Amino acid sequence: MVRFLVRRVLLGVFVMFVVTIVVFVIFFVGPGSADVARTMAGREATPKTVALIAHRLLLDRPIYVQYWHFLDGLLHGNLGYSYYHGQPVTSILKQAFPVTLSLALGAAVIWLVLGVLSGVLSAVRNRSFWDRTVTVLALFFYSMPSFVLGLLLLYVFYYQFTLAGIHLFPGAGYTYLTANPLKWFQGLVLPWTTLALVSAAAYTRLTRGSMLDVLNEDYVRTARSKGLSENRVIYRHALRSALTPVVSQFGIDLGVLVGGAVITETVFGMPGLGFTAVQAIENQDLPVIIGIVIVASAAVVVANILVDAFYAVLDPRIRLH
Amino acid sequence: MALLEVSDLHVSFPTPDGVVRAVRGLSFAVETGKTLGIVGESGSGKSVATQTIMGLTRGARVSGQALFEGIDLLAMSPKELRSVRGAQVGMIFQDPLSSLHPYYRVGWQIIEMIRNNHHEISKAKARERAVELLRLVGIPQPDRRVDDFPHQFSGGMRQRAMIAMAMSLNPKLLIADEPTTALDVTVQAQVLQVMRRLQEEFGTAIILITHDLGVVAEVADDVVVMYAGSTMEKADRYETFGAPHHPYTEGLLQSLPAYGGERERLRPIPGQPPSLINLPGGCPFHPRCPYVMDRCRAEMPPLFEVGGNPAHTSACWLSRDQVERAALRTKVVGQPLAAPAVP
Repeated sequence: MVRFLVRRVLLGVFVMFVVTIVVFVIFFVGPGSADVARTMAGREATPKTVALIAHRLLLDRPIYVQYWHFLDGLLHGNLGYSYYHGQPVTSILKQAFPVTLSLALGAAVIWLVLGVLSGVLSAVRNRSFWDRTVTVLALFFYSMPSFVLGLLLLYVFYYQFTLAGIHLFPGAGYTYLTANPLKWFQGLVLPWTTLALVSAAAYTRLTRGSMLDVLNEDYVRTARSKGLSENRVIYRHALRSALTPVVSQFGIDLGVLVGGAVITETVFGMPGLGFTAVQAIENQDLPVIIGIVIVASAAVVVANILVDAFYAVLDPRIRLH
Repeated sequence: MALLEVSDLHVSFPTPDGVVRAVRGLSFAVETGKTLGIVGESGSGKSVATQTIMGLTRGARVSGQALFEGIDLLAMSPKELRSVRGAQVGMIFQDPLSSLHPYYRVGWQIIEMIRNNHHEISKAKARERAVELLRLVGIPQPDRRVDDFPHQFSGGMRQRAMIAMAMSLNPKLLIADEPTTALDVTVQAQVLQVMRRLQEEFGTAIILITHDLGVVAEVADDVVVMYAGSTMEKADRYETFGAPHHPYTEGLLQSLPAYGGERERLRPIPGQPPSLINLPGGCPFHPRCPYVMDRCRAEMPPLFEVGGNPAHTSACWLSRDQVERAALRTKVVGQPLAAPAVP
């Protein structure tokens, strides 16, 4: 088990190393040495700033020295400096990250519970009225873009509610959990619902298919032959195996989401990583974009390591070999 | 009274292609402490029949009666049936690898079964019992192997672990559905031996479902031969192998390689088993039967007594006189039946 995890972590470190090389090549080598400082400086930068950047990035030194300088900074938690905002990238991301994390984790819990439970129900009552209702709903939300669903929710629960004098959900913005837990929650309900409904649909289908396969397994028949209750057969015996593909999908989705839920954050005006990335692109604020790319990659890598660890907990055949 | 008495069992499954008539009028009885062998080719309905009786088939149309200690299993509520499954009737299946849950320890799976029916037994006590059961079925170092996962067991050990689990509540009946089919021949013998030993020790009745006549010859007291969902012949082991009446039974025996003795060509039964959706009229075996008569195509024969022996019945229109039947056999097949030796 320990060896398995160590191997996965090392692999993750290697992937991150490759990511830094790719990022470095794209942003520091690609533009050509003459233009790197210029592109980093953002729009409306003075020649003085450009010269300062060239000096800070060691642009007059060989490329491998530049790369080492870049990597050394990353390892010390230094993601660079945003000349557009006039502050370190780390402090910009430190503000944005909790927003995205709150959004992603909350939505993930909702869609996982919703998706798995409706998927199980759908599989156990295969072809029943329930199954068909769940399937239709799942396809409905699955095919709905999140900006449409988000705007619809805003129209009903913010606009119409506000007209009716009910101020339950804010129209935009984000309140930090530490500042006001209730406002934090109120502000997140609609974004959570948007993300969760769109994603839950995929999990319903995934869980249903996986459960239908597992319910035909011999060991489920064995469980029934032991005289176990139907609930125990379904949740303890069948669902445990059926969760494997769900968990791996979940890891990937969550990892991607933690890197920024661009559309949802933009619709609800939440200053998370996705929103910050969109703004950085508009402002040609390259250092921030680089920072977000690296944080987002790290999120995917970490999520995959967690998935593998969870796999090992689920399946002894992985743990023991 | 027999422990389990099944009469006129019909099982069919509606499918988009038509109704699959998997079992058509099956009747048999198992006595306490005895072994009944149910023999037939794949698709003859032997597994479906027992699994339906125990409520393990879904979406089936069922009729008939299955009296277990006088109470009809087919009329029970799912909850009542659940209390019979496991506690009174243990079951083991063909593929021991896929029949054990790959994610749970072997011991855990046995303990789960014990504690599911006896909540008052502590985990430690149930574990002791699991170790003892594993020892009983011949697992070496059972106190250590109890914590192994199924994939750490060999095929034979897995099947023995399945038997240990099925026997953990001292059931009155053990249904073994092709228990040795997926195993090596040497391991087959060990598994059969374990089953027989447990039967002697606990007086358990066994229904042994198999397509392997060798296995039946070794352990069954009585034999039911099934074809296309119906009973073809019922007799004790000696009659089945020594003086079979039904042409299908005869065909099965002749397609068996003789052990020792003279080498001769195997005689497979020509043709294929019929589709269960589109069964031929009359006797389902008539398209493949060397003795076929006009009557066979029109009318399904009921089970007749053979040779005045009420324990030997055969669903065939041929003469029920054993001497006449043997003469006919010599005439059609060209030689008398070369019966394999019954151990």
